[in-house]
Amino acid sequence: MSLLYAVFVAPFVDMATAPAFFVEVLLGGVFAGLMYSLVALGFVLIFKASGVFNFAQGVMVLFAALTLVGLMERGAPVPVALVLTVAVMVALAFAIERLVLRPLVNQEHIILFMATIGLNFFLEGFGEMLWGANVKRLDIGVPDESFQVAGVLVNKLELSAAITAALLVAVLAVFFQRTRIGRALRAVADDHEAALSIGIPLKTIWVIVWAVAGIVAIAAGVMWGAKSGVQFSLSLLALKALPVLILGGFESVPGAILGGLIIGVGEKLGEVYWGPLVGGAIENWFAYVLALAFLLFRPQGLFGEKIIERV
Amino acid sequence: MSAVSAAPDRTDTRAGTARALLSVNNIEVIYDHVILVLKGVSLKVPEGGIVALLGANGAGKSTTLKAISGLLRTERGDVTKGAIEFRGEPIHRRNPNEVVRHGIVQVMEGRHVFEHLTVEENLLTGAYTQGGARTKPDLEMVYGYFPRLKDRRGFRAGYVSGGEQQMLAIGRALMAHPRLMLLDEPSMGLAPMLVQEIFEIVARLNREENVAVLLAEQNATMALRFAQHGYVMENGRIVLDGDATTIADNEDIKEFYLGLTGVGQRKSYRDVKHYKRRKRWLS
Repeated sequence: MSLLYAVFVAPFVDMATAPAFFVEVLLGGVFAGLMYSLVALGFVLIFKASGVFNFAQGVMVLFAALTLVGLMERGAPVPVALVLTVAVMVALAFAIERLVLRPLVNQEHIILFMATIGLNFFLEGFGEMLWGANVKRLDIGVPDESFQVAGVLVNKLELSAAITAALLVAVLAVFFQRTRIGRALRAVADDHEAALSIGIPLKTIWVIVWAVAGIVAIAAGVMWGAKSGVQFSLSLLALKALPVLILGGFESVPGAILGGLIIGVGEKLGEVYWGPLVGGAIENWFAYVLALAFLLFRPQGLFGEKIIERV
Repeated sequence: MSAVSAAPDRTDTRAGTARALLSVNNIEVIYDHVILVLKGVSLKVPEGGIVALLGANGAGKSTTLKAISGLLRTERGDVTKGAIEFRGEPIHRRNPNEVVRHGIVQVMEGRHVFEHLTVEENLLTGAYTQGGARTKPDLEMVYGYFPRLKDRRGFRAGYVSGGEQQMLAIGRALMAHPRLMLLDEPSMGLAPMLVQEIFEIVARLNREENVAVLLAEQNATMALRFAQHGYVMENGRIVLDGDATTIADNEDIKEFYLGLTGVGQRKSYRDVKHYKRRKRWLS
């Protein structure tokens, strides 16, 4: 009886009695969730346009952050370093298309997947060779401090990160729904051969997709990096993105966002309010258990594209 | 242009006197470096004409169209001999998107619409090579020919009927301003009434927009009613060609592809097979 009370009643009583704290936890969850979404978004973009599960997405986040920090350490101001990092990621997209994707065109998906594992190791080593392997501090000029709104502590860094992420997502949504290139990307995702038959050049589309995924990786890398330092563990973000993808559906941009938010908010609330019951560390497994439940009951995810079948 | 078309061309002069828009000269196609699919196919499509490419399943009609549009190479096929010229320019080494920019669009067998895009978005992707210019009037032009698509413009293409999908595939190809449309089995899986409707629209497009059509069909009767010229394929070769009316009246065609004798009676398959074998031996 007391267990039931502790699970189903006490946490909500806590939430109601300290609403400001509850909102703070919620905001922390939203921030973490948006970060997961950004990493997941990189996967979704590439998976949509080429059917390739890009194992190297997490390392791309690390590589982008390392490049940015490296440039800043060499004296480049933040805007210049950002522009240069974007240029590096676009160049990387061209190189990947030319050296990895083009020679493997029309191969099985599993072969392309294996190629991205290779890419993962290459980028990891290459990034550390260029910029060094020690933990770096990334200071983008937004202080990691809090201010109070109506009794709720809001972290400036988290707030600006959340706003940036939201803007990026909005821009991507418009890009996909309204522009000629965005439509072409969706067309390629639907039917490669038909896209070719009406003159959409697959190679150009791939470069664009990888470049956009690279830019999304920069955003994710900068925000995580500013929060917790630029270090190898950034690439492990990819592991947290997996449950987000399973939740949201592998082909869905809105799914990646919502999936990230659900997992971010869920694990933070779980940790704070239910954590003491099981001795803590809910944050570490919540996402995976939720993903498992989804795999059992809704394998295509919340927004995954249902396979259209006409009868 | 005149200098190019004045070049001597002796490979095939049977297609009539009209200047050839497309000429396929004796091409050989090999899949996966080993499987020989086309063994010396030659054909011509005149400017503004409708040409039918007939033959049974697996005769090589689709492969011929894909060789022209360049889609072959994405299926590990290759044109190993011969040449394909469009307005006097060789195109058989080109990528599909370059071929589309030259003015040839293939409408693939089985329609291949983008199922998760709306009908209108499907049409807009067709204008990709046009770079976004003049898409509004082009859309209206397509809706003019296919009013049904206008009613369905906001629907996901995966959920409209088979006939509408076929219209959509043709409309989408039209958005790229082709001079030549390669139509692969537009009648497949559609009710005869719809087939008639679609063919009539294609004929109108041909007249009014001056789009030449190379039409691969198993439905020989229907195809020959709209085409001026016909080719018959068998086992990766062209075995016969001539005016559409001549072919339609040809006893062999009736034997091979309609299964009818002169008086309209169905023959047993054994007789047809025997006749075919004899015929091949003689030819």
